[in-house]
Amino acid sequence: MTIEVKNLVKKFGSFKALDGVDLKVDDGELLALLGPSGSGKTTLLRIIAGLDWPDSGEVSFNGEDALAQGARERHVGFVFQHYALFRHMSVFENVAFGLRVQPRAVRKDEATIRARVKELLDLVQLDWLADRYPSQLSGGQRQRIALARALAIEPRILLLDEPFGALDAKVRKELRKWLRSLHHEINVTSIFVTHDQEEALEVANRVVVMDKGRIEQIGSPDDVYETPATAFVHGFIGESIELPVHVEGDVVRLGDRPLALKAEGLASGASKLFVRRHDMLVGPPGSGAFEGAVQHVRNFGPVQRAEVALSGGQTIEIDAPRDRELRAGDTVGLAPRRFRIFAG
Amino acid sequence: MTMQIADNVSLSSPDAKSRAHAAAARNNLRTEPRAVRLVIITLAIAFLSVFVVLPLVVVFAQALSKGILAYFAALAEPEALAAIKLTLVVAAISVSLNLVFGLVAAWAVAKFEFPGKTFLITLIDLPFSVSPVISGLVFVLLFGAQGYFGGWLRDHDIQILFAVPGIALATTFVTFPFVARALIPLMQEQGTQEEEAATSLGASGLQTFFRVTLPNIKWGVLYGVLLCNARAMGEFGAVSVVSGHIRGETNTMPLLVEILYNEYQFVAAFAIASLLAMLALITLIAKTILERHLDEGQDVNDH
Repeated sequence: MTIEVKNLVKKFGSFKALDGVDLKVDDGELLALLGPSGSGKTTLLRIIAGLDWPDSGEVSFNGEDALAQGARERHVGFVFQHYALFRHMSVFENVAFGLRVQPRAVRKDEATIRARVKELLDLVQLDWLADRYPSQLSGGQRQRIALARALAIEPRILLLDEPFGALDAKVRKELRKWLRSLHHEINVTSIFVTHDQEEALEVANRVVVMDKGRIEQIGSPDDVYETPATAFVHGFIGESIELPVHVEGDVVRLGDRPLALKAEGLASGASKLFVRRHDMLVGPPGSGAFEGAVQHVRNFGPVQRAEVALSGGQTIEIDAPRDRELRAGDTVGLAPRRFRIFAG
Repeated sequence: MTMQIADNVSLSSPDAKSRAHAAAARNNLRTEPRAVRLVIITLAIAFLSVFVVLPLVVVFAQALSKGILAYFAALAEPEALAAIKLTLVVAAISVSLNLVFGLVAAWAVAKFEFPGKTFLITLIDLPFSVSPVISGLVFVLLFGAQGYFGGWLRDHDIQILFAVPGIALATTFVTFPFVARALIPLMQEQGTQEEEAATSLGASGLQTFFRVTLPNIKWGVLYGVLLCNARAMGEFGAVSVVSGHIRGETNTMPLLVEILYNEYQFVAAFAIASLLAMLALITLIAKTILERHLDEGQDVNDH
């Protein structure tokens, strides 16, 4: 099932949750919507599911207009951040719900329903919990049951809203791997919303980065990390050093100090320079574009994180390998191995 | 605590003494002395005994003062039976109406956002804040011979005032808030996610309501119905205004109690009153049980 979204706009009062969003999702894809809270990613997901309606724009599944249908007819599996399991039903009945509410004409007989639920509980590896109630399960178990319940209706599309957001870090990591392998197995077109970049980069085939109701970049996890399209994406994904610079022709200035960096094909004016923390190479004073005094050093496993006060006055944090120990008070030269400059 | 003070005092240096006083003063802020506690508890119990338990006992004592036969004879009077029947009919009508209205109102308030929502919540409470007599008078103004609809009703030969419909209307009005009030906080807390999940799984509106919403709020519904019923059967003021006190026809139990009492028929008056008192006791017990179920539901939600 392909999904196509065209020029979607949704306002809540004066707040623009979606401000002209265009998106194409290919059949069988596992797509991540990544962005800070308030970026509109959940709103987009809910509109695709039919749980919310846009003010304008189009949504189509396989070319047919989805907005003409309600949530009930769209045949979309939706997994909620807080599970939304039916608290008065056993796990078994929760998973069976979608099969039991089908119109009489297409409803399967009891034996078929039982077999299907059993199969789904096996799929999420929780068949031994069939008789329990949601309140007796752990968060991770609840979310897997919620997923089994959504899959019961054989959805054309699977939508997951911050599926692991309410779980602790360890369970989250396990479920991520599990979700990816599950998607590989069932191969349903899936979109999941997350504010956790690691989750998006690890699980998804493609990542859509959103901010303020707009799509900033669509690309593979490598694309959005290695070649961020906008200043926002560079700042949001990965840990970046951000410095205000001024571009004049091919000269880049930090304050009034020209930097030994080449600015090619950039418009003159105020700009932002982005460097990944680990792309800042440390050398003797005078060896790089920047110079500064080490203020403070902490060790994190393989790297040392140093706070460096640049001669221009800004303080930045860099990650350096531990082959050469840094000490507070050292004066160092810093050379960005890779950097990007964005206007604005 | 007392031990500690005694020890300190026995040190008998002035410094230690003042420290002991300070400690005692601090402790007194947190725990009242035993005497004070006793006085407060006794006061509370005495008050409850005089104002709640004693009247209840008196009702039953008076009802049975001429023996158990007189008690049952009083209840078997046609007038008494008519009042009991009318009370049950009116309660059945107003409770079922308020069950529907209350569910609809609570649903609207808890699950949708719309302009004027705060105003609606305030309106729901209106019957609680207005004197029941005024509630009754409103219906007289609307449906009485001189009222807005009075002429039309007379032309079509429809009797509302001084008849069952009037009594049922007044009772429904007075007891409206109970179901809605019991459900609004419960439904607000539960949110709309389970309903959304049901819809996305293909359930129709009715299926969602009967399979998801209703089971989640059933204890709250029962709780509201119970309180609504207790009030409907006991309502006096509003009903008194619209009833017309036609003996054997438009007297509910509370109205009949008053009439019999004014006629010095104490046994009969208190016999009917004892039925109302029993209703109150049953309501109390049922309420306690329901509250336990509601709390359990709450615990489940907290996970």
